[in-house]
Amino acid sequence: MIKKRLAKDKIIFWSICILAILTAVPLLAILGEVFFRGYDQLTWSFFTEPTPTAYKAMKAIEAGEPIPGGIANGIIGTILMLGMAAVVAIPMGILCGAFLAENSKNRFAQTVSYLTDLLQGTPSVIIGIITYVWVVVPMKGYSAIAGSVALCIMMMPLIIRSTEETLKILPASLKEAGLALGGNRARVMMKVQLPAAFGGIFTGVLLAISRVIGETAPLMFTALGCSLIRWSIDKPMSAVPLLIWEFFNDPNLQDLIWGASLFLLLFVLVLNITAKYIAKKWNQ
Amino acid sequence: MNDKIYRVILFIAALIVPIVCGGVIYALVTDAYDAFEYFGFFKFLSSSEWNYSEGAEQYGALPFITGTLMTTLLALIFCIPFSLPVALFVGEYFKGKRVAAILSTVVDLLAGIPSIIYGLWGFYTLRPLIMALNISPQGSGILTASLVLAIMIIPYASSLSAEFIKMVPNDLKEGAYSLGATRAEVVQKVVFPVAGAGIFSSYVLAIGRALGETMTVTMLIGNTNNIPDSITSTGNSMASIIANQFGEADGLRLSSLIAIGLILFLITAGINMVGKIMIKRARIV
Repeated sequence: MIKKRLAKDKIIFWSICILAILTAVPLLAILGEVFFRGYDQLTWSFFTEPTPTAYKAMKAIEAGEPIPGGIANGIIGTILMLGMAAVVAIPMGILCGAFLAENSKNRFAQTVSYLTDLLQGTPSVIIGIITYVWVVVPMKGYSAIAGSVALCIMMMPLIIRSTEETLKILPASLKEAGLALGGNRARVMMKVQLPAAFGGIFTGVLLAISRVIGETAPLMFTALGCSLIRWSIDKPMSAVPLLIWEFFNDPNLQDLIWGASLFLLLFVLVLNITAKYIAKKWNQ
Repeated sequence: MNDKIYRVILFIAALIVPIVCGGVIYALVTDAYDAFEYFGFFKFLSSSEWNYSEGAEQYGALPFITGTLMTTLLALIFCIPFSLPVALFVGEYFKGKRVAAILSTVVDLLAGIPSIIYGLWGFYTLRPLIMALNISPQGSGILTASLVLAIMIIPYASSLSAEFIKMVPNDLKEGAYSLGATRAEVVQKVVFPVAGAGIFSSYVLAIGRALGETMTVTMLIGNTNNIPDSITSTGNSMASIIANQFGEADGLRLSSLIAIGLILFLITAGINMVGKIMIKRARIV
């Protein structure tokens, strides 16, 4: 009897270990595949030239040459749209998070907090539909502005949450000391609470950026994509994930998929690891 | 800056959230209205016809609702045998050890991979494998999409479950050990009953993630507008039909797609709300 129970205990222990470690396999498999299929595409021209047309790519394939061009249009589009989204989402998110942290017992704040969760859980494709209805239809055309609005809506809940949570775990004595020294609430928030919460908020911002940088669905109906390097924000614009989607659908451009994916993946992973590292440092 | 202005500024910033949410619901409802009015709300939900040839336009959401529910349910089934061991590994067996930290970092990184890259991996690695194993002739379908979806939701399910497993009081576990229970018995008789509500709620939130996942499913589900008759057949989910057809749609078809978006939004919002409420309850106990 006891032998049987001990044997069962051992079997369960080992199967948990094996299954848990097996879970790491997909990460390695995906990283490995993207890396080995993509690393030789990452040349200088891959980052400086725009996407080739399908015709040009077809010619190159027929001639047996590597496809010319790269993803410069996508990189510039991603940076521009993400930048515009961040400029609005970061200050708004921090202010809103500060409101939630300061008024946590208030009825209105509780509603806002609930709605933030609702927005955070909304599928990204629905954010795409909404931005289409709000921005693309009134502006009578796809544009980088629409793309950045979609990204902004997706970033905001994450920044609100991280700001609120970080401010709430700060010791109350910190705020009280600031107030006792004669600072008013705004001054204490700006000079004491926000600087003290900087690490947590910064981690939240990095995670928000890494979440939206790979988003494809909300950009498909808003920024649409464009094969030129473009700086005008009222015109369609490309982004790295949009380009991957384009390459996936165009048999002539399939050679470019892995380089673009490797670039995106490395970027996202570096952001994630940096965020984790900062969070750990800040917690100590 | 005095207190009053400061409060007003914060209040205005906080107003943006209800405005955006109200705008989301308002835009979805007004633009979906045409489809619901033309076909009737329940008819739209229960019709399996999706025909956009001019003159014979007929739209129904049933194939896509079925597709979404099937992929989500299968993904959940495939995810549990891996996410539960990860949660136990991190939260109980190797709690606080270095290996647990490494494993949880690795699993968290899975959550960071963009969904389009999961789609590529599924398409170029998993799909040929499924074809080679003779599971389905075309490779893509409900099964392929669910397998990749399962990997995508493992981190969401396991990290939250691990939190709840960590919170199980030591004296309860020690009590069981002192009665001669083995570790497996402690997990089964003490950890699961105490952390059960929390673990369950983390799976509810993982379902919320899987429901709205777009790109991976679009790339792997096969994109046919019929009700899938088996788990290996092709289909479409609510998110994937929107991703596939929204760009080229107008008029009634656009309205029908937005109506599907509204249904998806309501289902996800409902699931997430249930999950959050359950988490709050589980934390108190």
